Amino acid sequence: MAHWAFLIPLVPAVSYFVILLFGKRFGERCSYIGIAALSAAWVMAAINVYQWIDRREIVRESIEWFEWGGGSIRVGTHVDGLATMMLFVVTSVSLLVHVYSLEYLRGDRRYTHYYAALSLFSASMLMLVIADNTLALLTSWELVGLCSFMLISHWWEDKDNSNAGLKAFITNRVGDVGLIVGIIILYFVAGKTFDIDTINSAALSGSIRHGTLLIAAVCLLAAVCSKSGQVPLHIWLPDAMAGPTPVSALIHAATMVVAGVYMVARLYGVFFAGLSIDEGGMNLLALVGGVTMVIGASMAFVQNDIKRVLAYSTISQLGYMVAALGVGAWTGGVFHLFTHAFFKACLFLGAGSLSHACHHTFDMREMGGLRKKMPTTFLTFTIGTLALAGVPPLAGFWSKDEILNGARANDFPIIMVLGFVAAIMTAAYMGRALYLIFFGQYRGHAHPHESPKVMMIPVSILAGLAVVVGLLNAPFADYRFGQWVKFEVEVENRYGAAGEVAAAAEAEGEHAAEGEVVAEAEGEHAAEAEHVIVHSITEIKELAPGEVVLFEPEEHEFNIGVAGSSVAIGLVGLLIATWIYLLRKAPKNLLLVNPFRALYTLLLQKYYLDKLAVDGIAKGTAGPVADGSYWVNQKIIDGAVNGVGVTTKKYLAPFAYEQLDQFVVDGLYNGLGETTKGLGSAFRKLQNGRIQRYGLWLFFAVAILGLVVALLA
Amino acid sequence: MNWFDDWGITLTVFIPIVGAIILLLIPKSEEETIKGVALLTSLVTMGFAIGLMAEFDYDDTARLQFEVNKSWIDVINSRYHVALDGISLPLVLLSALIIVLCIVYSWNHFPEPHNPKALLALMLVLETGMIGTFVAQDLILFFIFFEVVLLPMYFMIGVWGGKNREYASIKFFLFTLFGSALMLLSFLAVYFSSKDPVTGQHTFDIVTLSTAGVLDVSKTAAVVMFGGMFLGFGIKVPMFPFHTWLPDAHTEAPTVGSVILAAVLLKLGTYGFIRIALPILPEGAQEWAPYIGLLAVIGIIYGALNCLAQRDVKRLIAFSSVAHMGFVMLGIATLTTAGINAAVFGMVAHGLITGLLFFVAGSMQERYHTREMSRLGGLLISAPKMGWILGFTAMASLGLPGLAGFWGEFPAILAAYEPLSVLSEETFRTYMVIAAVGTVLAAAYLLVMYQRVAMGEVPEEFRDEHIHDVHGPEWIAWAPMLILILALGIYPKLLFGITDDAVKHVTEGIATALNATAK
Repeated sequence: MAHWAFLIPLVPAVSYFVILLFGKRFGERCSYIGIAALSAAWVMAAINVYQWIDRREIVRESIEWFEWGGGSIRVGTHVDGLATMMLFVVTSVSLLVHVYSLEYLRGDRRYTHYYAALSLFSASMLMLVIADNTLALLTSWELVGLCSFMLISHWWEDKDNSNAGLKAFITNRVGDVGLIVGIIILYFVAGKTFDIDTINSAALSGSIRHGTLLIAAVCLLAAVCSKSGQVPLHIWLPDAMAGPTPVSALIHAATMVVAGVYMVARLYGVFFAGLSIDEGGMNLLALVGGVTMVIGASMAFVQNDIKRVLAYSTISQLGYMVAALGVGAWTGGVFHLFTHAFFKACLFLGAGSLSHACHHTFDMREMGGLRKKMPTTFLTFTIGTLALAGVPPLAGFWSKDEILNGARANDFPIIMVLGFVAAIMTAAYMGRALYLIFFGQYRGHAHPHESPKVMMIPVSILAGLAVVVGLLNAPFADYRFGQWVKFEVEVENRYGAAGEVAAAAEAEGEHAAEGEVVAEAEGEHAAEAEHVIVHSITEIKELAPGEVVLFEPEEHEFNIGVAGSSVAIGLVGLLIATWIYLLRKAPKNLLLVNPFRALYTLLLQKYYLDKLAVDGIAKGTAGPVADGSYWVNQKIIDGAVNGVGVTTKKYLAPFAYEQLDQFVVDGLYNGLGETTKGLGSAFRKLQNGRIQRYGLWLFFAVAILGLVVALLA
Repeated sequence: MNWFDDWGITLTVFIPIVGAIILLLIPKSEEETIKGVALLTSLVTMGFAIGLMAEFDYDDTARLQFEVNKSWIDVINSRYHVALDGISLPLVLLSALIIVLCIVYSWNHFPEPHNPKALLALMLVLETGMIGTFVAQDLILFFIFFEVVLLPMYFMIGVWGGKNREYASIKFFLFTLFGSALMLLSFLAVYFSSKDPVTGQHTFDIVTLSTAGVLDVSKTAAVVMFGGMFLGFGIKVPMFPFHTWLPDAHTEAPTVGSVILAAVLLKLGTYGFIRIALPILPEGAQEWAPYIGLLAVIGIIYGALNCLAQRDVKRLIAFSSVAHMGFVMLGIATLTTAGINAAVFGMVAHGLITGLLFFVAGSMQERYHTREMSRLGGLLISAPKMGWILGFTAMASLGLPGLAGFWGEFPAILAAYEPLSVLSEETFRTYMVIAAVGTVLAAAYLLVMYQRVAMGEVPEEFRDEHIHDVHGPEWIAWAPMLILILALGIYPKLLFGITDDAVKHVTEGIATALNATAK
C-alpha cells in the first residue's frame, strides 16, 4: 500500500471535483460520494497500518515536479510510522465526521459545498502527512488553511462568520511568513534541497552553522504558533468555532490544528539541533508550549459557550504537544496528538449533539440537567472529559503522563510544573462544563431529546477509541506505539574533532554528501541493525568523523511518581469543580471581589491579546497606515507627477511649442508629427472636438522624443 | 515545415495588423462581419503561435529558434532580426491567447461609445506590437514594437474609458513616452559604444551586444546607460515610484483594455530587463540591482497597503499589480536563475490571474453599474458561479500554493536569500523578509475585498434586480485562464521546463561578465 500512498489523498481529491462540478445534480446524495471516498481512503490507510506494523519499512516514491538552474525538484510520498499513524487518524475522524454531518447539516443551504469542502480538506490533510519535501508540505499546509477558511465562513451571510474566517486565514498567513522563510533557509543550508530526510540529517550532522539552524527553527516555530494555536498567534482558533460543529471537531481539534505539531515532529532534526533540545533546562519550543497550555486552560474557565471551552482546551492540549516536542519527548508529543484527536473529536461532536437538541445553542447557561434526557451524549461526553482530564486508564492519561515524565527525565523542571498546573486546570474546567451541562436543572427553553443514531454512532465509536487507544503505549503493552511510530534518521558526524562546527565552506559541498545519505536511507531497514543508535548531539559529536549512526530521541520508562502525581492532580481538579459547580459550596459573589474580579476580567478579555492583534495591528494597518500610504500616493507622488504635468503645460509647453519647435526640430520630428496627426484624424469621427486636444498633446509628446533623437544625432 | 521555420514568427507578428487593415476596409455597419474577421484573425494568430509552440525544440530552449535575420535599415546597421527562445515563447503564447479571449469577451458588450470596428482594430494592432516586442532581437525593432503598443492603448483608454479617461490616457501616454525617450537614448548610447566583432561596425543586434567584449564601456557609462533603460522599462512595469499612471489607467480603461494592460503590457517592461538591460549591461545591472530590489520590495508593501485603502474594486486590482510586479522585479534583481525563472513565471501567472480579475471586475460593473465595494455584496448569492470564480482567482492572486501565482512569488523570495555572489547577501535577505511579509498583506486585501463583494447578504438596492450569472462568452473567455492557473500551479514544470535553460543562459552570461559564479 505504501508504494501507492498517493492514492489515499487522490480519492478524496477526485471526490471534491465530482461534488463541485456535479453537486447540483446529486443534491443531498452528494454526501455519499464524500463518504464513499473517505471509506476507500480509510480502508487503504488501515491496510497501510497493518503492513507497517508487519514490515516497518519506510517507503518513498517521487516524481520530478520541476527543475530550475539545472537542479531537479522532486515531489513524492514518504510513508513511515508517523505518516501511517496520521493517515489512519485523519481518515478515521474524517469518515466519522462525514457520517455525523449527514444529520447535523441536513437541509443546510450549502450542503453540497460543505461536503465538497470536507473532501478537499481531507485530500489536503492526507497530502500533508505523506509529503516528502518541505515545498509539498507548504502547499498542503496552505490548502488545509484554505479549507479551514471556507468552512469557518460557511455561513457567510453573517458577517461575524466571515470575519472569523478572515481572521483565521490572515493570522495563519502571519505564521506562514515564518514557514516560507524557514523553508528557504533550510533549502540552501541543506544543499539546495526541499527533501525532509536530507534536511534532518544535515541539521543533526553538524554541517550547518548552529546560528543559522536556530534562525530556521525559530522561523518555523512562528508557523507552528499560527497553525497549532500557540500563544500569541492562537487568537483565531476560538473564533473559528463559528463554523459548523463537525468541522470544529475534524479541522479545529483533531487534524488541521495539529499540522504544526506534526511539522515539528517531521522536521525534528532541525528543532532538536537548532534549539539544542538535548541540553535541557529550557528552550523556545518548550516555553511556547508551556505558556500556551496554561494560558489556554485559564481562558477555558470563563467561557459560557461549550464550543469555546473546548476550543481553549484544544489550545491548551496543543501546548502540551508542542512542549512535549520541546522537551525531547518525541513519542509523548506524537502520542498525545494521536489520543487527543479521538477524545477531543468525541467532545466536539458531543457538543454538536447538545446543540442539535437545544435549539442550536451552545450556551451552557441554557443547558443543565441533560443527564437523563440525553443519556448517550452524557456517557460519551463524560468519557471524553475523563480522558481529557487524564483519568486512568483512559487515553489522555497515558499520553499526558508520558509528556510530564519526559519533562522530568530530560531535565525540564519548569515545563513539568506548568504541565501539572495545566492538568489541574484542565480537570477543573472540564468538570465545570460537565456539571453545567448535565447536572442541576434544565435552564433552557427547548425540549431536549437524544440525537439520532447517525450522529451518536460516530460519537460512540470515538468514545470507545478514547477509552482504549491510550493502552497502546502502556508499559504492560510493551510501549507498542513507541515502537511503531518513531523518529529515526541516519546521521553522519560532520562536527570537527573538537566538536566544533565544521567549516562553513563545507556546507557548499554538502549536496554530494547528502546524496549518499539519501541513497543509504533507501535500505533503511537493513541498515538499522548495523548502525549504533544515538540520542543526542553530544553523542554524535563524540563519534569518529564521518561515522554514520541512527538518531532517535530518547524514550523513558514509565515513572510511578509522575503518574501518581498526575492522577492525584487530575482528581483535585475534578474535586474543585465538583465543589464549586455541583455542590455550589463556593462563596457567592466571589467574582465581584478583587483580585478575583481583576483576574476574571483579564481572562474574559483574553489577556487583551485579541484587542492588540485585531484593533491594534490589523485595524491599524488596514486603517491609518493604509490610508496614510494612499494619501502619500495621491498627494505626494501623484502630486509631483501632476505638478510636473501642469508646469509643463502652462509654462514649458508654450515655450517649447512656440520657440523651440519652430527652430530646432528637424524633418524627422515633423514627419513623426504628421504621422501622428494623420492617425489622430482617423479617430476624429469618434470623438469630435476632443481629438484636436489629444492631437496637440500627442504632438507635443512626440516633439520631446524627436528633440531627444535630434539632439543625439 | 521549412517555410514555417522562416516565416512562422513573422506571420504570427504581422497577421494581426493585416487583420486590422482588413477591418478598416469593412463598412462600419457590418458589425457581425467585423467581429467575425477580428476573431478569425486572432484565432489564426493563435494558431501560428501554437504552431511555434509545437515546432519548438524543448531540448534546447536557450537557443534562439525560428530565427530570421535580414537586412533592414542598413544605414544604422539595424536588421530585421526576430527569434524565439524559452523566455519569449510563453509570453508570445500569452499575448496571442489574451487577445482571442478579449475578442470573445467583448462579443456582445462593447463599451460605450460602441464602435466595435475601431476597438477590435486597435486590439489587433496591440497584438502585433506585443508579440513583436517579445520576438525582436534588434534594439530598433524592439523599440518600434514597444512603441506601437502605446497608441492603441492610449486611444482605448481615451475613447472607451470611464469618466476621467482624458486625464488617465494622457498620463499613461506621457509617462510611458518619457521612459521610452530615455530608453532610446540608452539604446543609442549602446549602439555608439559597440563594435560588432564580425563587421567591425556599430550594432543594434541584441544577441551580438549580449556577447562579452562587443560593448566597450566604462563602468560609469554602463551604469548611466542602464539608468536610461531602467526608466524606460521600470515605468512600464511599473515600479514604485513610477507607478501612478497605472491605477488611473486601469480604473478608466474599458474592461478589455485593463485586461490587456495587466496581462501583457506590463510584461514588456520586465521582459525588457531580462532580454536587454541585464545581458547587455551586466555591470550596470550589478550596480542597479540593490536599488531595483529595494524599489521592488517597497512596491510590494506599498502596493498592498494602497490596496487596503481602496474602495473601488478595479483600483484595488490595479494597485495589486504594483505589488505583484514587485515580486517579479525582486526575482530579476537577484540576477540568479531561480530569481529570473520566478520572474518569467510570475509574468505569465500575473497575466492570467490579474487579467481574469479584471474580467470579473468588468462583468460585475456591467451588472451592478458600480465598482464601489461598500455598495456591493452577496455576489455568491446573486451570481454564485461568478462568486466562485472571483474567489478562486483571489486565492491564486494571493499566492496560494497549487495555483499559478505561488510559483511567481515563492521562488522570487527564495532567490533573494542567495543573490548572485557579487551582490550583498545581507541586503537581499532583508528584502526577502520584507517580501514575505507582503504575502500577509496580499491575503488581507484580497480577502477583505472578497468578503465585501461576494459574501454577506445582497444589498437592498440590488435585491430586486436580476443579476445574470456567468454567461456564454464569459465562460469561453475565462475557462482557458482558469484551467491554466490550475494546471501551472499543480505542475509548474510546464513553464519552468521551457524557461529554465534560456534563463540559465542569461544568468551565466551575466555571471561570466561579472566574474561571479552563476546561481
